[in-house]
Amino acid sequence: MEQTMDIFKRRKMTYTAVFLVFIAVFAGASYVADFRVVDGILSFPAAISWIASNLIPDQAALERLPNILDKLLETALVSVAVTVVAAIFAFFFSLLGSNITKIHFAVKRIVRIIAAFFRNVPDVVWAMLLMFSFGQNILTGFFALFFTTFGLLTRAFIETVDEVSSDCVEALEATGANLIQMVFQGIIPSSLPGIITWVLYMIETNIRSSTLIGVLTATGIGYLFDLYYKRLDFASASLVVLSIVVLVLVIETISNKLREVIL
Amino acid sequence: MALLEFQHVSKIYDNVTRALEDVTFTVEEGEFVSIIGPSGAGKSTLLRCINRLVDASSGKIIFDGQDVTSCSKKELREIRTKTAMIFQHYNLVDRLSVVENVLHGRLGQKSTLSGVAGHYTEKEKEEAFRIIQEMGLIDQAYKRCDELSGGQKQRVGIARAIMQHPKLILCDEPIASLDPKSSKVIMDHLKEINENKKITCLVNLHQVDVAMKYSGRIIGVTAGRIVYDGPTEGLTKEMIHEIYQSNENDLITDVAG
Ligand SMILES: Nc1ncnc2c1ncn2[C@@H]1O[C@H](COP(=O)(O)OP(=O)(O)OP(=O)(O)O)[C@@H](O)[C@H]1O
Ligand SMILES: [Mg+2]
Repeated sequence: MEQTMDIFKRRKMTYTAVFLVFIAVFAGASYVADFRVVDGILSFPAAISWIASNLIPDQAALERLPNILDKLLETALVSVAVTVVAAIFAFFFSLLGSNITKIHFAVKRIVRIIAAFFRNVPDVVWAMLLMFSFGQNILTGFFALFFTTFGLLTRAFIETVDEVSSDCVEALEATGANLIQMVFQGIIPSSLPGIITWVLYMIETNIRSSTLIGVLTATGIGYLFDLYYKRLDFASASLVVLSIVVLVLVIETISNKLREVIL
Repeated sequence: MALLEFQHVSKIYDNVTRALEDVTFTVEEGEFVSIIGPSGAGKSTLLRCINRLVDASSGKIIFDGQDVTSCSKKELREIRTKTAMIFQHYNLVDRLSVVENVLHGRLGQKSTLSGVAGHYTEKEKEEAFRIIQEMGLIDQAYKRCDELSGGQKQRVGIARAIMQHPKLILCDEPIASLDPKSSKVIMDHLKEINENKKITCLVNLHQVDVAMKYSGRIIGVTAGRIVYDGPTEGLTKEMIHEIYQSNENDLITDVAG
């Protein structure tokens, strides 16, 4: 009895301590970064009125809509294409890194390191690096997204595969099936829901990222945003942003529906 | 010649855990043998050494005239087609249908390509449905396995094993997750296969009474060693207590003795 009271008391103290540390870190960081909380909050009304007067799309902006939609479609298609291609590569690569296929522990290690490398370099940095080789080109954006997506999905698929299919793979192994048969009859069917969820999520993420990369590489919807922004045509720029938000919402709805149907 | 022969088999995990020590026994074709013993005694390890889901550390295992411990990869797959396995947790591909899971029993005997594509001959499909019928699952044949009860899943497991046309079925605690009624159905099926199809059965069991009821021979394993190997009738109350390292009234099973 005494011991259980002790556990509760200790937990309460831990929470209090964490909370205090959190406040202290925030205060310290604000001081160091010279961030004034009160000033920040006070500037909200002015920011909102600026947004209201400048960022509401006007007639001129709406005339650019067809052009915007055209670039938006291009961006969306590239994102989908990148994600699907990266997913296929990542799946087969992740098999080498999973515990189930038991190829060799060194192979497993190397695969995990490569995947970590690709996903820990941010896509924007990839884009800047690739710009040297491809220039301001749609390929630059494509490969920048491909690398991060590939790294992230490899890692995600390794976990999905390991978690989901070890039992049934063991059973297939016991029937005398070979590795390729185990992959197609055991691993793929059992990990498909996880794989699809990850791919849909990455498509959403990549549409957002491709906007930013487009600013750098002067392609797609990011290019249009950059153009309007630099012309100080904020109304059109905000229409671009709104259209991206709508697109992401649409994609999210579609992917939720898709998940319901498939899973 | 014996169907299965263990010669001084030992298994040490990670250089420390001695799971099997100097295990020697033989199993003749057509036998129904139960392996009993306390948790961690090495029963699962023993079974898994036979189809090399686990590699024995030393000793020899001869199955059907072939040395399992030193065969090539190709020979191993061939041996595996002849030794089906049934698992405590069924180990089905849950998202596939019953009939697809049953057909998986043929994978080891198919070409890579037709295995990948899931292409089976009409004859194989007919046989799968016949076995499903025998298992009393015909109404579930097209259902996904995650919609089945535990007892039904285990019957799919048995069907998959029969589909392999094995000489030996290895059952690792086939009824440990089932209620008494489903357990009886499963054990009756195994017995039936053993008697009618003449398939040898090697079954790990936690229930001593079940082992005594169904099998002609019992192997008792304690701490990686065989402490009893003989006919069911010879298994005395004292022997059971020795296998489980227990005293009077320590066991949940009421051993009639
Ligand atoms: N993969 C493994 N790695 C390391 N040690 C293992 C492994 N598998 C089993 N062991 C150890 O080997 C010993 C025998 O295990 P085994 O699973 O064969 O026992 P068991 O008789 O089947 O037990 P249970 O009745 O609980 O299933 C145990 O001490 C266990 O901890
Ligand atoms: Mg076990």
